[in-house]
Amino acid sequence: MSAALQVEALNRAFGALPVTRDVNLTLERGARHALIGPNGAGKTTLVNLITGALKPHSGRVILNGDDITALSQADRARRGLARTFQINQLFRGLSVLENIGMCISERDGHADNLWRPVGSSRAVLDEALDHLDSLRIVDDALKLVRELPYGRQRLVEIAIALAQKPRVLLLDEPAAGVPSSESHLILDVVAALDPDIAVLIIEHDMDVVFRFAKEITVLVQGAVFTHGTPDEIMNNEQVKAVYLGQEGHRGGRHG
Amino acid sequence: MAASETIGAAGRSEARERAADYLLKRHRFRLAETLPWLAAIAVYFIFPERMTFGSQVLVMVMFALSLDLILGYAGIVTLGHAAFFGVGAYTVGLAAARLGWSEPISGLFAAAITAGLTGFITGWFLLRYRGLTLLMLTLATAILLQETGNLRSDISGGYDGLPGLMFKPLLGVFDYDLYGHTYYLYVLAVLVVVFFFVRRIVYSPFGQALTGVRENVRRMHAIGSPVHRRLVTVYTIAAAIAGVAGALFTQTNAYVTLTVFDFDNSAKVMVMLILGGTGRLYGAFVGAAVYMVLEDYFSKLSPTFWQFGIGLMLVLAVLFTPRGVLGVFESIGRYFSERKKS
Repeated sequence: MSAALQVEALNRAFGALPVTRDVNLTLERGARHALIGPNGAGKTTLVNLITGALKPHSGRVILNGDDITALSQADRARRGLARTFQINQLFRGLSVLENIGMCISERDGHADNLWRPVGSSRAVLDEALDHLDSLRIVDDALKLVRELPYGRQRLVEIAIALAQKPRVLLLDEPAAGVPSSESHLILDVVAALDPDIAVLIIEHDMDVVFRFAKEITVLVQGAVFTHGTPDEIMNNEQVKAVYLGQEGHRGGRHG
Repeated sequence: MAASETIGAAGRSEARERAADYLLKRHRFRLAETLPWLAAIAVYFIFPERMTFGSQVLVMVMFALSLDLILGYAGIVTLGHAAFFGVGAYTVGLAAARLGWSEPISGLFAAAITAGLTGFITGWFLLRYRGLTLLMLTLATAILLQETGNLRSDISGGYDGLPGLMFKPLLGVFDYDLYGHTYYLYVLAVLVVVFFFVRRIVYSPFGQALTGVRENVRRMHAIGSPVHRRLVTVYTIAAAIAGVAGALFTQTNAYVTLTVFDFDNSAKVMVMLILGGTGRLYGAFVGAAVYMVLEDYFSKLSPTFWQFGIGLMLVLAVLFTPRGVLGVFESIGRYFSERKKS
C-alpha cells in the first residue's frame, strides 16, 4: 500500500530566495511525524506547498498514491488533506457549531444545496456536536468564535480540521499563542488523535515533539538537514548545534 | 472519534440539546417578520395617493435585497450593481419599445434571464479578484454597459431614454391606473416571492457557505470549498434579482433612460443597505424605506440643498450606527434580554 503522503524533490523560491530546496518527506498511514527547524527554515512554506496554498516550482506531492501537485487547495482538501493554521483561520463571526457544521456540509457535498434549511440535516448536526463533545467544547457550541478565549479558539481550529475526516493532517504549531496553563488541553487532543490519520506536526516545544513524534525531520534553510527517530535526533550532535543549541532562549516562541 | 462515545455527562447533553434546538429552529418564520409586510399593506390603505412613490420604494427594497445577498452574506464588495438593474430595466424597455413584447410578467422572467446571464459572465471573470480591484472592475462593467447603450442610442434611446412605454394589463385583466394602485400591489407580490426565495437561500447550507467565504476565505479553501463556483452562483442569482427590480422600475415608471446604469444608482443601493444593516435580510427594507422617505422629505423641504440632509444623515449613521438601523434595534433587544436574565 502506498504512503499516505509523499513529497518528492519539492522546490520553491520567493524571488531569488530559495525557501524550499529538494525536500523529500514520506508519511506512512498513521504516521506521527514532527517537522522541526529554526526560524525561517521554511516549515510553514512546506505546509503551504503540500496543501496547495502555494505552487511548487518543481517536485511532486503524492496523496495516497495519487499525484496531486496540479490540484487546487480545495480539491486536495476533498481528498482528505486537512490542516490547521499557525494563526487561527476561523469564521469569527459565526458560532462554533456553524464553524464545524459548515465544514461537514462542504465535505459531504450538502453545501451545493440552496433550498433546504441548514437545520434540517440531523446527521450533520449530530456529527458536529459529536466533534465538539469529543473536544469538550460543546458548552460553547452557540457562542461566536470571536467571543472565545484564544485557547478555545485553537481547539475549534483543530475541530474543523478533524471534521474534514482527514487521512492526512498537518498541524502548524497547534499550541502557538496558547497560555502554558491551557496548552495541555490542546496537546491532549493531539495525542489522542485517531491512529489511522497520518499526522505531520510543526512544533517548537521539544518536550511535545519528543513525546508525540515517532519520526522527526529537521529542516534548515529550506532543506532537509536530517531525519530520524526521536532518539537519533536527540543524540545527533549536528542537530544540537544548529537547533537544540538554541534552547537557551526557548521562551521566545516564534513564527 | 472514540472519545465521543465515552462522554455522556448530563450537563453536556443539555448543552447539546440547546445547540441542536437552536439550529433546528433558526430558519423558522418569526412573528416579527410579518411587520414589514403589514407595514407595506398598511401604506396601501393609508397613502393611496402616494402609490407610485411606494412602488419605487419596494423596487429599491428588492434591489437592496439582491445586494445584501452578495455583499451582506458573501462579502462581495461591488460598485457596479446597477449594471444588472439596468440590464433588467432595458430588457423590458427594449422588448416593449422595439419588439412589441409588452406582457409584464413574462418580461420579468426575460429580465431575470438577461441580467442573470450578465452576472454569470462578468462574475466568472471578476470574482477571482477581491477588494479594491473588484470595486474598480465592477464599476467599469456598469460604465461599459452604459456606454454601449450610449453608442447605440438609435436602439436604446440614449440619455433621452425610451419614454411612453405601454405595458399590457397584468394577467390580462388589471390595467395600469393613474395612481399606481395596481402596480403597487404587483410590485409587492413580486417582492414577496423574491424575498422568500432569498430567505430560503440564506438559511441553506449554500447560504452558510457564503457566510464562510465572507468570514474567512482562506479557511474555505482549506476545507475544500469551491469558492469561485459558490461566488459565481450567488452573483448570478443576485444579478437576476436586481434585473427583476430593474424591470419593475421600467414597468412602474413606463419609461427608462441610461441613468439606471449610473454610478449613483450603484452607490445609492449600497448606502441604503448599509444604512439598514447588511447580512440581515430586513436591512434592505429598513434601509431603502428610510433613505427614500428622507430623500423625498428633504427634496420637498429644500429643492436646492436636499442632498445636504442626506449627507448629514449618512455621517450620523456611520458615526452612531455602524451596524445599521437594524443593528441598533438588535443591541436594544439584547440589552433588555440580558437585564431580564440578571
